[in-house]
Amino acid sequence: MEQVGLISKKIFSMRLALNELHKNIGKKIFEIIHFCGGLGILIKQVLDEIKTKPFYFKLVLDQIYQIGNRSILLVAVTGLATGSVMALQFGFGLEKFGGKMYVPKLVALTISREMGPVFASLLVAGRIGSGIASEVGSMKVTQQIDAIRALGTSPIKKIVIPRLVASMIALPLLTLFADYIAMLGAMAVSALELNISASYFLSKAVDTLTMADLLTGMAKTGVFAFFIAMVACWKGLNTQGGTQGVGNTTTWVVVTSSIFIMISDFFLTKLFIVTVFSGT
Amino acid sequence: MSKEKVILKITDLHKAFGDKQVHKGVSLSLKEGELIALFGGSGTGKSVILRSIIGLEKPDKGSIVFEGQEITQLSEKELVRIRTQIGFVFQNGALFDSLTVEENLAYPLIEHTNLSNKEISERVEEMLEMIDMKGSNKLLPAELSGGMQKRTGLARATILRPKVILFDEPTAGLDPVNTKRLLKNIKTLKSRGMTGIFVTHDIPAAFEISDRIAFLNDGKIHVIDTIENIQKSNDSFVQSFISEAMGHHE
Repeated sequence: MEQVGLISKKIFSMRLALNELHKNIGKKIFEIIHFCGGLGILIKQVLDEIKTKPFYFKLVLDQIYQIGNRSILLVAVTGLATGSVMALQFGFGLEKFGGKMYVPKLVALTISREMGPVFASLLVAGRIGSGIASEVGSMKVTQQIDAIRALGTSPIKKIVIPRLVASMIALPLLTLFADYIAMLGAMAVSALELNISASYFLSKAVDTLTMADLLTGMAKTGVFAFFIAMVACWKGLNTQGGTQGVGNTTTWVVVTSSIFIMISDFFLTKLFIVTVFSGT
Repeated sequence: MSKEKVILKITDLHKAFGDKQVHKGVSLSLKEGELIALFGGSGTGKSVILRSIIGLEKPDKGSIVFEGQEITQLSEKELVRIRTQIGFVFQNGALFDSLTVEENLAYPLIEHTNLSNKEISERVEEMLEMIDMKGSNKLLPAELSGGMQKRTGLARATILRPKVILFDEPTAGLDPVNTKRLLKNIKTLKSRGMTGIFVTHDIPAAFEISDRIAFLNDGKIHVIDTIENIQKSNDSFVQSFISEAMGHHE
């Protein structure tokens, strides 16, 4: 009798746990649908409003300055470190097989196609995505977004479009800068640690790199920038719950943007291999 | 000016947030040149009425007619014209924190008029003088006191000279001196023929500046009448609300 009681208690607690699990799965599915739907609506609003006047050109310039100013040092340091480490790793790895001379070629391709775009985008997602999300979120909870609407202006035009356009211009430029600094770092390390002269490194890197390598890297960052800015603006505009809500928004945007960058990078790389690099 | 012309008419407004039915048939008429004070307990949807008037909230059912035009079905783009004619004073000012006082005040003029920079500066100076904030042009909202923020919000909402002004608890959280200053500014606007709705818990302030008082209860306008009639009213809800609010105020 006692055993039956214990079993029924266990079944009951398992049922409770299953119910909780179903609820959580349901909640997550609802959140994903809400996010996709909300983001879709925001993208449509942006596409509708970007075609109509006024276009706040000065706000775009301000945002480009803000993004560049906030990120350039970070991007430079990361670029320098990435290029240097890659040169070291490739150098010591390939030396065993007598392939040290391939370091400039490998480093140049890896940086321009992958590491530059992805690292710069991850940094911008952390620095700018969180900045946009917290700024827009704070404006939402202090009714400044309502005030923009109440004063007969559009938050899409005033807030979203300038940040989106600025991100899509600034991130590819930052990536190009990161690529350049990373190559400098790799060249310096190759000269100091691997006995590869700077002129040899430079000539091999220039011979190897094509416009397509740089442009596909920058095109990737255009896609990443679009997603970072849209997600940050959407989440910011939907912030609730005061200052704690702003904090949650910021974290959510950084995590979501980073995941998107990593996953979409695979598909974009695959796309470029099939379309651009298939004949090379 | 005719006191009888209805400029804004709300009929049978319904609004729910999730399971909570906030409005269950709010009806209200605002005549040109009058100021209505709107009372009600916390969470009864006073601010939601104001937000619905300016299109920040869409009602589930009902009608809001401003100057003969139904506005509940208008798109954001179509609402722009309405929003230039209805000013909204937010509870905490809602000033743009990256802009100075001067830039906050100039914002509606830059967006909706073709005034020259000189004319905009003159209009800004005129408004700063009205709210007793001359010389505060270059201050950021963070550098202003709560009272100054609310007065700047009032100036920004009225700088386009709208036909109707909606006040969302403008005196909430202010000390008596700042409350007096703000009421003085509202009186100045009223003497210039301002029409408006004044959401508040501040009964003495409402008695001082408004023409009619409305009480929102259980999702509907329970009573709307002149101050004299409200003071004489035998309605138990009105009496208990006033006595409780006055007691709390003292």
